Amino acid sequence: MQDLGIRVLFEGKNLVRLLGGLWVTLQISLLSVALSILLGIILGMIMNMKNPVVKVITRIYLEFVRIMPQLVLLFLVYFGLTKAFGINLSGEVSAVIVFTIWGTAEMGDLVRGALQSIPKHQYESGRAIGLNEFQIYAHIIIPQTIRRLLPLAINLVTRMIKTTSLIVLIGVVEMVKVGQQIIESNRLEVPSAAIWIYAFIFFLYFIVCYPISRLSVRLEKKWKD
Amino acid sequence: MDIQFISKYLPLYVEAAKLTLTIATIGIISSIFVGFCCSLVRYYKIPFIHKIVSIYIELSRNTPLLIQLFFLYFGLPKIGIRLSSESCAIVGLTFLGGSYMAEAFRSGLEAIPKIQRESGLSIGLTKFQVFWHIILPQAVTISMPAFSANVVFLIKETSVFSAVALADLMYVAKDLIGLYYKTDEALFMLVCAYLIILLPISIIFSIIERKLRYAGFGN
Repeated sequence: MQDLGIRVLFEGKNLVRLLGGLWVTLQISLLSVALSILLGIILGMIMNMKNPVVKVITRIYLEFVRIMPQLVLLFLVYFGLTKAFGINLSGEVSAVIVFTIWGTAEMGDLVRGALQSIPKHQYESGRAIGLNEFQIYAHIIIPQTIRRLLPLAINLVTRMIKTTSLIVLIGVVEMVKVGQQIIESNRLEVPSAAIWIYAFIFFLYFIVCYPISRLSVRLEKKWKD
Repeated sequence: MDIQFISKYLPLYVEAAKLTLTIATIGIISSIFVGFCCSLVRYYKIPFIHKIVSIYIELSRNTPLLIQLFFLYFGLPKIGIRLSSESCAIVGLTFLGGSYMAEAFRSGLEAIPKIQRESGLSIGLTKFQVFWHIILPQAVTISMPAFSANVVFLIKETSVFSAVALADLMYVAKDLIGLYYKTDEALFMLVCAYLIILLPISIIFSIIERKLRYAGFGN
């Protein structure tokens, strides 16, 4: 019976298990996002330094990480580190490491761009009315930077969540893996389960990412100069 | 590093890179086509179709390619639609890329002030002429950075095709690791292959962007 495939979703604990898998995905991406934002802000400030050596090193890091597919980075950390240095990382830990390295690069570039987009006269006017360096940053530069940064950073969160779907390929048990287990165990009784399970996972991703990306678009429109 | 191993299995990587590039090229060209049509539909607000296009764009932008591929490759056969790995990859890439390209073109189209269109119409050009000679060249110029970022992004996304059993670069690397346990060499070649493919593309696009910036209107 083709049209009964959807009942697999509601049988036993299947729905709860799928949502549990979603939670694993979200945990990994949110942890990586938090780390990336923190490190990315530091990286962005470092990249704004005038030192040419620092500039070259950060540039190479940035270009390499951005040009490599995230799946390749995952393989490098998950398989490469184990083989080369004997460090045995679980899939979850390597995922967090990779997404943090990647997210830091992306965030660092956003922070750099936002800082550079603040015209020089903002600093100078601040100084001219007698504010000290700390006050200039706290009251003038940082509020303006955040306005430019926040929509882009929120957008990065959705990209992070979407990219986290890759971790199933290095053996982490998350939503897709749980879905595959459910499909396998119902292969004989409900052969059409696959389409329902994958459609469901598809919509779960959509339900998670859509509000976040809407928020990003709204903020961007609201704060447009 | 085992140089002999590398030279022995290099042809495998070359084959895989060719396959990856072929599929990426087809996928990107059709994404540009789909994206272009979608952005026009949204720009001119063609009734009804414009709603469907919006739904498509939101759906495709907010879901990962991997899930889209799984749905196409493992889900669809259950209702009798059987696609090969290759066509799955192309359809998946087009589904994803179409919306990204649409957004890129749309931002270009929307950036053009209304006065451009009105001036064109007032000097007696037809709607098509206004679009072809005035709107389009400017829109393409403006959307170029987003467009080139999308091309690189889409080529990067091809790395997940190994999940639907397409013998691309990732697949070869995984195979070699599994068969010979030559992890270092396999991963080294993988990284090199992606660098060789993506680095020139990203450099060429940044040159094109710099050249096109002079063609922009009003700066």
